[in-house]
Amino acid sequence: MKAETNTRSLSAAEIDEINAELPHYEDKSAVSIEALKIVQKHRGWISDDSLVAIAEYLKISPAQLEGVATFYNLIYRRPVGKNVIHVCDSVSCWMLGSDRLSEKLCRHLNVKPGEMSQDGEYTVLPIVCLGACDRAPVAMVNGELRPDLTDNIVKELLGE
Amino acid sequence: MATIEVDGRTYEVQDGSNLLAECLSLGLDLPYFCWHPAMGSVGACRQCAVIQYKDAEDTRGRLVMACITPVADNLRISLNADVARQFRADNIELLMINHPHDCPVCEEGGECHLQDMTLMTGHTSRRYRGRKRTHRNQYLGPFVNHEMNRCIACYRCVRFYNDYAGGADLEVLGIHNNVYFGRHEDGTLESEFSGNLVEVCPTGVFTDKPFSDRYTRKWDLQTAPSVCVHCSLGCNTTPGERYGELRRIVNRYHGDVNGYFLCDRGRFGYGFVNSDLRGRFPRIERQPVAVAGTAIEHFRTQIRSAKGIIGIGSPRASLEANFTLRELVGETNFFLGLDETEHDLLESILGILANGGIHTPTLRETEQADAVLILGEDVTHSAPRLALSLRQSVRNATFDLARQLKIPRWLDAAVRQLEGQVQSPLFIASVHATRLHDSAAETFHGSPEAIARLGFAIAHSLNPESPLPSGLDEAEEALAALIAGRLREAKRPLIVSGTSCASLAVVQAAYNIARALPAQNKGLLYALPEANSLGLTMIGGRRLKDAFARVQDGSADTMVILENDLYRRAPAPQIDAFLDAARHVAVIDHLENPTTAKAGLLLPAATFAESEGTLVNNEGRAQCYFPVYPAQEPILAGWEWLIRVMDNPRWHHFRDLTSACAAAIPALAGIERFPAEEHLPKIPRQPHRYSGRTAMHADVSVIEPPPPQDCETPFAFSMEGDTVHVPPALLPVVWAPGWNSNQAINKFQDEVAGPLRSGNPGIRLIQASGMLPWFDRIPPAFVPERGFWRIVRLPNIFAGEELSAHSAPVAERFPDACVFVNPEDAETLAVSNGDSVEIRYELELSSLRIPVRIDSTMPAGLLGITAGLPPFRHLPNGARVALIKAGPEAPAKTGENQ
Ligand code: SF4
Ligand code: SF4
Ligand code: FES
Ligand code: FES
Repeated sequence: MKAETNTRSLSAAEIDEINAELPHYEDKSAVSIEALKIVQKHRGWISDDSLVAIAEYLKISPAQLEGVATFYNLIYRRPVGKNVIHVCDSVSCWMLGSDRLSEKLCRHLNVKPGEMSQDGEYTVLPIVCLGACDRAPVAMVNGELRPDLTDNIVKELLGE
Repeated sequence: MATIEVDGRTYEVQDGSNLLAECLSLGLDLPYFCWHPAMGSVGACRQCAVIQYKDAEDTRGRLVMACITPVADNLRISLNADVARQFRADNIELLMINHPHDCPVCEEGGECHLQDMTLMTGHTSRRYRGRKRTHRNQYLGPFVNHEMNRCIACYRCVRFYNDYAGGADLEVLGIHNNVYFGRHEDGTLESEFSGNLVEVCPTGVFTDKPFSDRYTRKWDLQTAPSVCVHCSLGCNTTPGERYGELRRIVNRYHGDVNGYFLCDRGRFGYGFVNSDLRGRFPRIERQPVAVAGTAIEHFRTQIRSAKGIIGIGSPRASLEANFTLRELVGETNFFLGLDETEHDLLESILGILANGGIHTPTLRETEQADAVLILGEDVTHSAPRLALSLRQSVRNATFDLARQLKIPRWLDAAVRQLEGQVQSPLFIASVHATRLHDSAAETFHGSPEAIARLGFAIAHSLNPESPLPSGLDEAEEALAALIAGRLREAKRPLIVSGTSCASLAVVQAAYNIARALPAQNKGLLYALPEANSLGLTMIGGRRLKDAFARVQDGSADTMVILENDLYRRAPAPQIDAFLDAARHVAVIDHLENPTTAKAGLLLPAATFAESEGTLVNNEGRAQCYFPVYPAQEPILAGWEWLIRVMDNPRWHHFRDLTSACAAAIPALAGIERFPAEEHLPKIPRQPHRYSGRTAMHADVSVIEPPPPQDCETPFAFSMEGDTVHVPPALLPVVWAPGWNSNQAINKFQDEVAGPLRSGNPGIRLIQASGMLPWFDRIPPAFVPERGFWRIVRLPNIFAGEELSAHSAPVAERFPDACVFVNPEDAETLAVSNGDSVEIRYELELSSLRIPVRIDSTMPAGLLGITAGLPPFRHLPNGARVALIKAGPEAPAKTGENQ
């Protein structure tokens, strides 16, 4: 977690990266999603202060940016662990027991969905269909697809 | 027109409209949530499903959403088909899954569109037994409560707040079954139209916060048709009373004026009616008296013994009250009670409206303008509801584009996609940046002189006969040419100006532009200072300074001041001298103020909520307000005090007075037919479900008192009477069987969002005719004077109006007291944002210490102050003041008169 960098102002690096995106869009506000991703890359998550900083930079209201930030599963508005595990809860995975598997994983890590484990290592979150229904149940760990999960989910995902 | 078949019956309907709107116009009950008559369709809630059949052979049909289905000839649909009914019942059951079972404690209850629609679909028992999602609510400021659990995600709130009203601090957050309609953090809703959320939201998420404090169900409120008294636009309202207190105000639909929306000043400004500042008893030489008769006797004696009597009228009192005063004191002794500049401005504007030959548009018509120039007004603050209308006007180019693309105008989401591509031009020339700037094509900031000069330049560019100001710089000339060019192209151009700049030149430049415009269909509209400014000017009378002279020269020693705090009209020493010189000063008013403090005789006047009267709005429309509940004697209506003191009054009733006024003043002849003739039996002010009537006074006496009589208006303070033959314009409350919310208004229009059946309220008194010569008094440019600043009073929606400023929630929204200065001026003064300056003003012995706000749009040499804020009460427009940076010993607490 890089909470210490969650200040009200954007860093030079963040601004450079956001500026690099600007030419791809018609207006500044359209860069919202990219800007959120960039800042999250640097800070691990988007705090209220980060949100306001981005909104000010893009000249949109914080409420508008919040609407975007809270719409997307992969923008984190609370601190997350070093490893973020998204377990798919859409219909195919759900039919094949993703609820049970996710519960098992949470129990092992002693967290509720959305919480960070004590050691700051893990956060488990649900996610919508990952487009791999043929290999359900599916999870995504740090952006990487982990298909064909079984009751051995703890081992399969954490290697423990 | 198109012929459609609904459940086997054929109807003629409006071609090009949508099916839901047409079904409602036909009087059919089809449930809906996300559609709104002023905001169109988005097809989000899926509640308005009907079956559409291909042709007569098709027996199965398919489900369509009525609100996004265009009406077409030979369309066959069914509302009653089982599948359609079942779909609607299932849909609402799903929408209700997360909705709490809290109607009994919900303030929407009894006027809830969600309740009405659930009942309409027959979903009367809840099957879902699972967990409901819950939300944390937000603090949204003094006007609106937030109870997010009740949300059914229809998206109306954000569509109104952002898309329609231009707000940016309310959004939909989250996703799927966890959407949240709120701000990014707790805090006051910034929009000046936030109160409309209360009516726009079909559930109890957004409710009226001041009303919460003293809550009453809709069916327990006594109501009557009324008119907002807080600015010159004359929006229609429905105030509600319980236990002798005014409890709330909601919108009353007027097809030509306010439509479905009010501003927050109008909705929440009524607090003055219940305020502790209300005079409840007459006062003779500082001693309260218990009965009106004693005060009247005293009044009569004063008048009889007077050497000379003068009457001072008021732009916030009704035509009838002003007229009665004029009759009491005689025409030559009647004074308008306006400050000098305002008197000039209003007379000039009346002349332009009556003889200038240019149509004054209704608010509804302003929404249709395809090019707008605002000359010298910040309409959000000086005529708030107009700002909402002008925001819609910029969309006309988008509607034209949509038409070319064959997108119906009501298909809101699709039309809004086009918004970035084209916009009808809105030009704003104002003292400093206004709240409409985000919608403007071009803006100009300058002194009133600069604004007037720009105006004259535009007029000249349109028609060289209109005189040209000399010494314009290149940028001004270019801007004038650009604006003139766009206005010339427009089919329905509109010029908006008003009295805020306190400049005759601005008012007259606006006329020159309007006259110079080639379009047939052009409009000119002035925002005026008060609710009856135009009415008072139409009655006509002499100037306040002549009244001063009359007391000075001894030809008058007795004065009657009607609903007018003279300390708002002229510098205090002048008013002091005036009032002190008179032998008798009788004041009739609602609230204690500096003038009533000087009254030898104070007569407590009923407010708009407890009396009747006619007001003339800025378009020249006479409208009548009626008492919602009776005034408690010894409080009387202004006109009644004045009639009762007359020796042999020629009139005893309000209606006679209105007729007499119409007969005596040709300009007001139109009000003769007005208000609606005697209505017998009377119209009940109390709904048929009104409860507790026999018990509500039982703490005082168990005998139920007879209802108070109303001999003046078509209404009764009762549940009994005629509710069937009431013209919609006179409905005390909007209600229809099955439709308990304000959305019942559909039942009283022939076409949704059209005029009320049997006519919108009010009578337009002025028909545009004639033509005035070109105005040619072009002021020289304003040149800042070294070491001095000129005061410009900037209107403010919350602080700026005398009565609403006494409403506690409105007072909570006052802006901070500060002065606005240009960055260069700040540099000269060596101050930065937040530093204090001392204002030295010749007429005031004391100086004022106040923080500075640097405003890059403020013209150099001008000092902007917020009109109506207490520290600035005595600083008149145009005053020349010196400024110095306040020393370091300045106390941390600023903003007070030192
Ligand atoms: S808060 Fe009200 S208006 Fe807004 S989406 Fe929810 S129910 Fe609709
Ligand atoms: S203050 Fe003016 S704009 Fe606001 S509701 Fe009243 S009349 Fe309408
Ligand atoms: S439902 Fe899980 S990947 Fe599609
Ligand atoms: S009203 Fe038609 S879908 Fe909402």
